[in-house]
Amino acid sequence: MADISANFLGIKSPNPFWLASAPPTDKKLNVLRAFEAGWGGVVWKTLGSQIKNVSSRYSSVDYNGSRVMGFNNIELISDRPLDINLKEIAECVRLFPDRAMIVSLMADNNRNSWHELIKKVEDTGAHGLELNFGCPHGMTERGMGAAVGQDPEIAARVVEWVMEAATTPVITKLTPNVHSVVPTGRAAVNAGTNALSLINTIQSVTGVDLDTFVPNPNVGGQSTFGGYCGPAVKPIALKMLTTISQDPVTAKVPISGIGGISTWKDAAEFMLLGATTVQVCTAAMRYGFRIVEDLCDGLNNWMDEKGFKTIDDFIGRSITTLTNWEELDINYHIIAKINQDKCIHCGLCYISCEDGSHQAINLSYGNPYNTYTVKDEECVGCNLCKLVCPVDNCITMEEHRKGDEYLNWKEFQRRGLPLNDH
Amino acid sequence: MAVRNNRLSAEEYQQHFSDIHPPFETRDAALVEANRCLFCYDAPCTKSCPTSINVPKFIKQITTDNLKGSAYTIFSSNIMGGGCAKVCPVEKLCEGACVYNLMEEEPISIARLQRYATERAIREKWPLFERKPSIGKKVAVIGAGPAGLSCAHALSREGIDVTIYEKESKGGGLMTYGIAAYKVTPQFCQEEVDYITSIGGIDIRYNTAFGKDISLDELQQQYDAVYLAFGVGLARQLYIPGEQLDGVVDAISFIYDIRNSGFPTVPVGDHVAVIGMGMTAIDAATQAKRLGAKEVTLVYRRTQQEMPCTEAEMNIALLDGCKIIWLAAPTEILGEDGKVAQLVCNIVKLEDATGGRRQPVITDEQIILPVDMVIKAAGQMPFEQLVHSHQLNNDHGKISTTSNGVTSIAGIFAGGDCVNGGKEVVDAVQAGKNGAKAILEYLQNGNNEEKR
Repeated sequence: MADISANFLGIKSPNPFWLASAPPTDKKLNVLRAFEAGWGGVVWKTLGSQIKNVSSRYSSVDYNGSRVMGFNNIELISDRPLDINLKEIAECVRLFPDRAMIVSLMADNNRNSWHELIKKVEDTGAHGLELNFGCPHGMTERGMGAAVGQDPEIAARVVEWVMEAATTPVITKLTPNVHSVVPTGRAAVNAGTNALSLINTIQSVTGVDLDTFVPNPNVGGQSTFGGYCGPAVKPIALKMLTTISQDPVTAKVPISGIGGISTWKDAAEFMLLGATTVQVCTAAMRYGFRIVEDLCDGLNNWMDEKGFKTIDDFIGRSITTLTNWEELDINYHIIAKINQDKCIHCGLCYISCEDGSHQAINLSYGNPYNTYTVKDEECVGCNLCKLVCPVDNCITMEEHRKGDEYLNWKEFQRRGLPLNDH
Repeated sequence: MAVRNNRLSAEEYQQHFSDIHPPFETRDAALVEANRCLFCYDAPCTKSCPTSINVPKFIKQITTDNLKGSAYTIFSSNIMGGGCAKVCPVEKLCEGACVYNLMEEEPISIARLQRYATERAIREKWPLFERKPSIGKKVAVIGAGPAGLSCAHALSREGIDVTIYEKESKGGGLMTYGIAAYKVTPQFCQEEVDYITSIGGIDIRYNTAFGKDISLDELQQQYDAVYLAFGVGLARQLYIPGEQLDGVVDAISFIYDIRNSGFPTVPVGDHVAVIGMGMTAIDAATQAKRLGAKEVTLVYRRTQQEMPCTEAEMNIALLDGCKIIWLAAPTEILGEDGKVAQLVCNIVKLEDATGGRRQPVITDEQIILPVDMVIKAAGQMPFEQLVHSHQLNNDHGKISTTSNGVTSIAGIFAGGDCVNGGKEVVDAVQAGKNGAKAILEYLQNGNNEEKR
């Protein structure tokens, strides 16, 4: 059995799975049940000035019959009194000392407010702080949340205030509602943050009700931009994570990865791209705390299979394989091959290639089953047919290099090699 | 032992003859199935449908809550898409071709999804088709069955004024009179006919028999074209001793009586033998059981491999408690006091032949079934005399036509069972479409030369 425990700036947890700052972590009742279920840690729902929420609060995107592929919320930070939250945090820390307890914070936008809040929170015995510079709705209008995270200068100033007071590790949570997360990430690191976490939710409108004409979620005939999360945002989160992992400044601090993580596979991917721990929310909101069992089990089995003893053996392993386009090898060439024994003749490869790609699949009419074969000389190796094929391993991509040597675009241009003539 | 009617209570009849097709109880349930569809290109299901319904399209339209579009997709290829979704042998057609079969997965429940889309359209009378303004051409259609209705609908859409002459008092043809009531209920048959004719421009004259109440000469004089779709009807005889005994009926009349006269009035025996293993044999056997027969035995001279009905059909009979005796050829019906008492069958053996396929050989070995009723379901014959008397080129009574239904007489077209000798409803619907196309061409050009 591999060791899946995590050590994040000295904050130890039996596994790298933390519950992200959100409704599942807003009270003792829930957090204790999450710990009982096996979660390695929690980031307590953001504390700050007490606010008031509205109803309704969530909406989602369904796709081809799958519900909650993407999830959207317009909830604000914790709406419970600060003293109750603090008391409950302390109790949770006492009852589960082996689990990570991070508290998410969003103080009013001045030094004193931050200092006071940090003092009170650290008195609970919590192991670390996460600065919410990401919440895209409600708080931004008050100059907090994403309003801080979107401006590197403001972010740096707030981190400086925080570092003056904090005695426990500080994680700065980045908003994705920017052109690049790197400037704010750098500013936070330069201002002294001990770690980064990303991504927060992405501003969104999940849809418009075609009967009422009001976008979702409907609050008495109106709606507002919400924060998008869930499986749909994972690819965006992975990209942003990679930019932080690759930047020489931000790469210096550990990262807690967030964004659509639902399975151990998602988690492993975040870790391969540099996350030391991962935070989960939507999947737990959808299915409950019990999902942590397979998160741990699946990760452990995969690590055993790959020969990884600890999570440090693979964290960040994939970062360098993501490169700039012009570094890619132009001589690398693959061609699709359709296994006729596995083919079920659905024609999806054909029509996607024909209408959507490079017209490289040949159709030979049959009744009722057509035969589809790849025109090797036309195939550009784009993967589309393989992606749409409903049968596992029916379409494989076979390597047919154009040349033996590694040849990138820069070198290709330098040598004046010929471009396509059709 | 006795052949008698009125064996059950009203509730029992109701229960035995209600629709056996399970609908999707909810939109969610339909969507789960619809979303399984892969949306194949040049889809095998569509290619296996005689009317070429664009199956992936109508299923996709269910998933997008475009139920009107879905129903239109179905009906524009097959105006009897509602009924066909209940009576088609889909395991031999669309569902049998579904690519999931090749993955050893359950095929998409195409028929059930088709019912989901069409039943709502029929029930709520969605006006999906618009008739073009009348162009002043008149066409007579003989028979308000699937071929006739399909042809009439296609013609009316193009602004042709259609008159259908129907010998029965209701439309639908075999749908209404020749198929088990639990597959297509009388109420559904009526609603389907009403839905098809709701486009307007189609006048059905009921109780008017072709060749008796109205002649071809008259029609040729009164109409610009005539479409013959009078089906087949005569039950094939067995030509064995005892066939005239009291208690021997043919399946066609038996089912007709069930559909026409009401369940309690139809007499059925205690011990019934049904001869044949086609769809009609199954419909006769299951309905005999459902009318209250104690024991129903299907007798077939070949094996399950050769049976004309589908496995799904056979399973309905087995679930109804019918027995099947394979490899038994009826040779004589014995009577007592003029009434059926026994069915004598000779055992058939399949013997290897040089050609490879095993040949049935009748042996001397006999089995005797004590029965009080014998239902013959040995197939149907064309109205040979009617066809001959009109000098129509034919093949043993089956009217000879081009693939588009053009007959040997100019302006006379034909399709459906009276041409093909008896196929599925869905084949008749396609024949009606083809016929309408040929008629429109004829009305436009005055001939069908290029198609002849």
